[in-house]
Amino acid sequence: MNQKSRDTDIPAVEYLDSRSAQGPAGSLEELHKRLLLLPPYRWVTQAITRSGLSARGILIATPYLWLLLFFLAPFLIVLKISFSEYAIAQPPYTALFEWVDDVFIQIRLNLENYQLLFEDDLYWRAYLNSVKIAGISTFLTLLVGYPLAYGMTRAPRHWRLALLMLVILPFWTSFLIRVYAWIGILKKEGLLNLLLLNLGVIDQPLVIMNTDMAVYIGIIYSYLPFMVLPLYASLEKMDDSLLEAAADLGCRPIKAFWQITFPISIYGVVAGCFLVFIPALGEFVIPDLLGGSGTLMIGKTLWAEFFSNRDWPLSSAVAVVLLLILVVPIVAFQKMQEKDKAA
Amino acid sequence: MKFLAKSALAAVLLAGTAAPGWSADGVVNVYNWSDYIDETILQDFEKETGIKVVYDVFDSNDILETKLLAGGTGYDVVVPSGTFLSRQIQAGVFQPLDKSKLSNLGNMWSVVSERTATYDPENAHSINYMWGTTGIGYNVDQVKERMADAPVDSWKLIFDPEILSKFADCGVFMLDASDEMIPAALNYLGEDPDSHDPKVIAKAEDLLMSIRPYIQKFHSSEYINALANGDICIAVGWSGDVLQARDRAAEADNGVTVNYSTPIEGALMWFDQMAIPKDAKNVENAHIFIDYIMRADVMAKASNYVYYANGNEASQALLEPDVIGDPAIYPSEAALETLYTTTPYPPRVQRKVTRLWTKVKSGQ
Repeated sequence: MNQKSRDTDIPAVEYLDSRSAQGPAGSLEELHKRLLLLPPYRWVTQAITRSGLSARGILIATPYLWLLLFFLAPFLIVLKISFSEYAIAQPPYTALFEWVDDVFIQIRLNLENYQLLFEDDLYWRAYLNSVKIAGISTFLTLLVGYPLAYGMTRAPRHWRLALLMLVILPFWTSFLIRVYAWIGILKKEGLLNLLLLNLGVIDQPLVIMNTDMAVYIGIIYSYLPFMVLPLYASLEKMDDSLLEAAADLGCRPIKAFWQITFPISIYGVVAGCFLVFIPALGEFVIPDLLGGSGTLMIGKTLWAEFFSNRDWPLSSAVAVVLLLILVVPIVAFQKMQEKDKAA
Repeated sequence: MKFLAKSALAAVLLAGTAAPGWSADGVVNVYNWSDYIDETILQDFEKETGIKVVYDVFDSNDILETKLLAGGTGYDVVVPSGTFLSRQIQAGVFQPLDKSKLSNLGNMWSVVSERTATYDPENAHSINYMWGTTGIGYNVDQVKERMADAPVDSWKLIFDPEILSKFADCGVFMLDASDEMIPAALNYLGEDPDSHDPKVIAKAEDLLMSIRPYIQKFHSSEYINALANGDICIAVGWSGDVLQARDRAAEADNGVTVNYSTPIEGALMWFDQMAIPKDAKNVENAHIFIDYIMRADVMAKASNYVYYANGNEASQALLEPDVIGDPAIYPSEAALETLYTTTPYPPRVQRKVTRLWTKVKSGQ
């Protein structure tokens, strides 16, 4: 927390306190006393007091515990499998640790999986192609999302909530079903081709389904809300008088946009881009359903290693490297956010 | 949200663990291929035995194997194909069948059980459900229009680039199954289709790469609808699936005529086998279920419905004439001789094969 945000917090707290002087706070104290009569609550409370942890400490520890349990532990399991060797067994890989004479633990690290990732150009091309597809679709999503978010903030205030709902509403339908719907639209005898053929725009059906083009369309469609929401949040905060001042001083609207609006929204742009780029990089469902056999993406490669090849160790190695590649933009995003807060 | 969707998918893929996990007395959890049974068979079974069937489906051996190797699937009867079964037995996934509980064992057909014994010695772990061939499905009129004397009864139609190129514009699909397409290519080249020698397998790669530009998609189930709707000309596919496409087109009366051919050079003969996982909870019911399916009238009903041949000799008298009399389903003695079987690749070779297949599919 920094000075600025604390400043804005305090009035809110005071406001709450003044409103409910003896209300909730008083009854909370009461509730605590009553609950102490219940053994489990008493034990937990006593244990917390004895361990010297403050409520604040617990509050801070919770997300770390969560990460430890649901991120670090699974990651370590994957890391462990990536150092083992494929075997015809259940589960299909060799043990990493082995007891020798019940005294020593023998550790056998198999680095071959990682070696293969470097030697075989398939994996590097899959990684690079994923970066390319994720990068291009992030840029295109920005091109589509920016005017959308901008338009939303310019709309009359009473419309904005409805417009926001419209952006979020598709989430109420399963992601898979929405991607399946695109098959119906894009296929050879699909809705898009029927429409264009009937309008006389084309005389041969367009081949979009099973190509990279379909993958781009799928990603842009699916991730658009992730771009629009942060953009909307940053654009909404903008003070209109800045633009008025620019206009008064003879600045043309386009120049005003690049000099004022865009720089103000830059954090929204960056946040949106990361929110689209990072999940798109490991995307599997969209290239699998919409892409063709020639669409090489790391998510699909990983799937093939796991299911077709039954090679859990190698697919684990692919996943570990994918994670390492993702760490770079995630850390950059983190830095950016810290800077944003500090500013 | 995206992460949610993805983990939901992963959960669906790996869910078997939790989904059918009830171990009540009157239940049998069955995991079979999609579109592979006459549902009334399950209803009749429930009526006759009082055992409830929880029926779940998959559409690829890979999904089934991943679940089995992870363990704790909760299924009591699963139906993998021969080569997969063989590897899974090796991994220790299945329990031996208690043959004393299978009263209908005498119904089985030696022509099939002799062959399935190569995957499952003495058929100790499995009973054949259906079998079929991997051949060519084609749109009769569209193919004739592009090439009057097209060799539809030969692998030349697929593996001769000059011939296949004539059909690229109207769509060619191929099974997304390396363990079936590489043997087909080797068989066409006059090599042993069951070769595990990387040098020999490399020849299949060259052949497949030479026809790659003319293949629109590698997929193992979409071709049924695509053929039936007249969207594509040719598909390398499984016999019964192509015949289902033929019937769907005939029912729709859309002017599309689909045909299936078992190429003269020979084709892969594959077997789907019923087996009981080691950690099955309802072993007794699983045996009752398998024994029920082995009844002549039940097996005949199943084959009459899905257009696949079965390994049950006693059922043959009860099959419809358009099933038992169709050489695409029940090949003649002579044609049976040309069919070949394959065995699973060892791990190192399997890795090369998958790599090769990725290369072929991506065309680079």
